[in-house]
Amino acid sequence: MHPAPSVILFTTLSGLGFGLLAFLGLGLPPVTGWVAFVFFFLANALAVGGLLASVTHLANPKNAIKAFREWRSSWLSREGVLAVASLLVMGVFAVALVFFDIRLRTVGALGALLSLATVFTTSMIYTQLKTVPRWNEWTTPPIFMLHALGGGALLAGQPRLAAILLIALGLLMMWAWIKGDEKSLAGTTMETATGLGRIGKMRLLEPPHSGQNYLLKEMAYEVGRKHAQKLRILSLLLGYALPAALMLLFTVHHLTALIAIIAHLIGVAAGRWLFFAEAAHVQRLYYGK
Amino acid sequence: MTSLPQSTEKKLGLVIDLDTCVGCHACVVSCKEWNTSNYGSALSDVDAYGPEPQGTFLNRVHSFEAQPESGCSQTVHFPKSCLHCEDAPCVTVCPTGASYKREEDGIVLVNEADCMGCGLCAWSCPYGARELDQIFGVMKKCTLCVDRIYNENIPEEDRVPSCVRTCPAGARHFGDLGDPDSDVSRLVASRDGMDLMPEMGTKPVNKYLPPRLKDVPSDAALEATHKTPEGLFAWLDKALEKL
Repeated sequence: MHPAPSVILFTTLSGLGFGLLAFLGLGLPPVTGWVAFVFFFLANALAVGGLLASVTHLANPKNAIKAFREWRSSWLSREGVLAVASLLVMGVFAVALVFFDIRLRTVGALGALLSLATVFTTSMIYTQLKTVPRWNEWTTPPIFMLHALGGGALLAGQPRLAAILLIALGLLMMWAWIKGDEKSLAGTTMETATGLGRIGKMRLLEPPHSGQNYLLKEMAYEVGRKHAQKLRILSLLLGYALPAALMLLFTVHHLTALIAIIAHLIGVAAGRWLFFAEAAHVQRLYYGK
Repeated sequence: MTSLPQSTEKKLGLVIDLDTCVGCHACVVSCKEWNTSNYGSALSDVDAYGPEPQGTFLNRVHSFEAQPESGCSQTVHFPKSCLHCEDAPCVTVCPTGASYKREEDGIVLVNEADCMGCGLCAWSCPYGARELDQIFGVMKKCTLCVDRIYNENIPEEDRVPSCVRTCPAGARHFGDLGDPDSDVSRLVASRDGMDLMPEMGTKPVNKYLPPRLKDVPSDAALEATHKTPEGLFAWLDKALEKL
């Protein structure tokens, strides 16, 4: 699949933002006043910035407002509804906390729940696609959730919890990569795609068009697999191992936290890039790929 | 509403005969011609006369070669367009309600006034049957020529999808696949019609008729004849030997 920068930015940043919002909603860290303002500003900037990045991915954004309509059937619609709901609920919680020094515990808990539910719906957009076997796995939702929780804990200054969550996430990422490699296209072949396995082995004799098209650009993306192993290691080391080590082995102050967060962001972006670049869509079989 | 209808009154669709298709691409051209000037926005081309032409098509013909365990390979021309699936994943993933399946005849359509161009429906389609138009930014797909098949302003023989009307080989058939007595349903039954990627669980309405197996040439037919020259060739053979 084509690793569009807008979608990588969106899933990385907004996941982190909603993760931080969830911790803030639960009163972690127990900030008030201007410190709370800075935390909420950061969380909202990440969440909203990510959502705005995702809008640039749309080819016809003037209809984006209609995406709230089909929450009964569509995970993408549910994501939109929950994202707005969690931002609104957390907004009320933040205003009360920052400006009136009132901690609305129930509102905060509800906001935390909505924030995590938003990340879950994001993960389901990918998990639901049978056409991309690497995504259509039980590992996809926990990976997205652990990114939000692990990154959120890191930003919320919860070193022990962040380390544990990031280590778990790193292990799960490794498992998903290995299983994804084994699964490949999950038994869908050129023979099942054409129904002509009854004759014999299929190969493409001539493609339907000589040039590029949307299908090839979007769903038969070929770049990036060359460095896949290196990127996986880079992602594991920077995204999860280094921040976890910093959180566990050193006394946490602003500098170690900053290094951990930057390393985490780079690692996660590399992993997210692979999430798209390595995901093979079954329709490529019609192009003999 | 992007939930799928429980059932549809009819299941209009295509039956494509892979035994007959000669791969001439006439259906591709006629589809583009009709659909670029009718339902919805045009099917745009980018760099049409330049070095890297590309454009939106609702129907494309792939050509494959099937190699049996022994004997000659078999060339199969393979037209591919939307299969108007009963369990169409492209409909339920749509967040805006632009993508829908009609209750009366099962045709899957895109309401372009609602489409935001997110491309998720194209991701959910196993067949590559949906293309996001690069200029208009909305999702394009086969409409089964919904603006022809019910169109009383055109002669009756033209009230079939453009690709069916134009196919010079008669490899494309249109009808109600929900009616077991329809011509197309009988054709599917008699020719062992099949689904593409049944493992995806999409329950396609369109069916493909597999090509008949090729005759296997007898060993005798493949034997070389004229192993020993006779007559004029025998004399030539001798004369050339002596040179």
